[in-house]
Amino acid sequence: MIRFDNVTKLYPSQTRPAVDDITLEIEKGEFVFLVGASGSGKSTLLRLMLREERPTAGSVHVLGKDLNRLSSWKVPALRRQMGTVFQDFRLLPNKSVFENVAFALEVIGKPRHTIATVVPEVLELVGLAGKEGRRPDELSGGEQQRVAIARAFANRPMLLIADEPTGNLDPSTSVGIMRLLDRINRTGTTVVMATHDAAIVDQMRKRVIELEGGNLVRDQSRGVYGYSR
Amino acid sequence: MRATVVLTEVRHGLRRNLGLTVAVVLTVLVAGVLGGLSFLLREQVSVMKDYWYDKVEVSIYLCGTESVAPSCLGPNGVAQAVTDAQRQQILLDLKSLPQVKAVYYETKAEAYQHFEQQFKNSPIAQNAPPDSLPESFRVKLKDPSQYLAVTGAFQGRSGVEQVQDERQLLDKLFSALSGIQFGGLVIALIMVVAALLLIANTIRVAAFTRRRETGIMRLVGASNLSIQLPFLLESVVAAVLGALLAWGLLTAFKAWLIDKVLAPNFQFTPFFGWDSVWKAGALVIVVSMVIAAGASMVTLRRYLRV
Repeated sequence: MIRFDNVTKLYPSQTRPAVDDITLEIEKGEFVFLVGASGSGKSTLLRLMLREERPTAGSVHVLGKDLNRLSSWKVPALRRQMGTVFQDFRLLPNKSVFENVAFALEVIGKPRHTIATVVPEVLELVGLAGKEGRRPDELSGGEQQRVAIARAFANRPMLLIADEPTGNLDPSTSVGIMRLLDRINRTGTTVVMATHDAAIVDQMRKRVIELEGGNLVRDQSRGVYGYSR
Repeated sequence: MRATVVLTEVRHGLRRNLGLTVAVVLTVLVAGVLGGLSFLLREQVSVMKDYWYDKVEVSIYLCGTESVAPSCLGPNGVAQAVTDAQRQQILLDLKSLPQVKAVYYETKAEAYQHFEQQFKNSPIAQNAPPDSLPESFRVKLKDPSQYLAVTGAFQGRSGVEQVQDERQLLDKLFSALSGIQFGGLVIALIMVVAALLLIANTIRVAAFTRRRETGIMRLVGASNLSIQLPFLLESVVAAVLGALLAWGLLTAFKAWLIDKVLAPNFQFTPFFGWDSVWKAGALVIVVSMVIAAGASMVTLRRYLRV
């Protein structure tokens, strides 16, 4: 599903690499937490998976594609097989819940009748049935993140990448979001989630990959947030 | 992406960026009108050349009692009209020149008639006394560029007030018109540069205001084309709108200024036809589309990297 081989990423203006010689493999259907302090390289790792960045050295394989060799016009096709969720939701404020999810399908050319059936389904799945007509600013933070997850999952991606999805949410709301991500994972979708939230990681007991200063310092199946706990 | 989705995006984009859209429309409008006018001026010169070069000839104006040329003055310093003998001799000499194709004689009365006809709606005609115009020989040459042979032979001869090559006169007019045309073209080009920069800036602003949408589009895997097409279409739509307005003004220019005002008053010369206006319109539209699309593609490449 995802393979990093000796991947180093050095941003042009910096002397220390953001990600330093990382090798790891994530299998299909796994649920993986990516933990570490701010600036430890979590986001860079996710950006490398999304091919928002290219590695300075080493190779990244995602969904069977060598991202170094993938020509840029094929990147959209790759991203259609990946869903992305962020801490700040990234919803369009002037569109309703339904329209926000539909937008993601419209812009990749899905026909109207497909959108008409898929969007209610996925909104039902994330628990937003009945709120299709609301605007994002009429929803709670948890509900907004559910819309974002619905949008990411609408095209039934093989891989869901979540960058601190609970970062803006209170603990009880976060639990709901994690249940949702777990459900999505059970459908066979691989989930990679970067987080700071120790409670969640400890509770879920999934694979944990820890970064520190761009180095991989721990890769543990059924792990907890940190040794110190 | 479906066409309706793209068109909705374009419509929203144009409305959201209304001020800059209007600026693009107006700039293209001004550039289009100036460019179109200089094209029409060129058409006009070409129409006039076709018409007049066929008709013009070398004119040999003969002395009248009011002439001031030295060749018309008698021994006492008073102007003398050409005599019959002089006129006869000039005609004979003209006919003997190998370059000459035909010679016509125009009396004062005929000259006045022509003059009246040409300026019948103008106060000039009413104020000119009938015998104020000189009599003349109108000489058609086998090759109009050989006029120097005639000028050399008759200029300064007694009884001849002036030898005039009308083609030279026309050429002066045409070069003045060409100068105006060139000036129009230069200003049009400056406006084109302004339009280019304005379109580039409009796209930059639009790309910034819609960075949320384009960011999401990139993440969910929309193709470059479907991300960029709405921006490109917006600037093309704005430019074509400006071009259509420019075309409208050119049409109005032809319908009112040329057909209603100038043509009835200057019947001695032909004016460009409607086909020239269509050509100018098509030219303005095509050029503005190319400019808008070109500027958009260059700017989008910079500001909407995927």
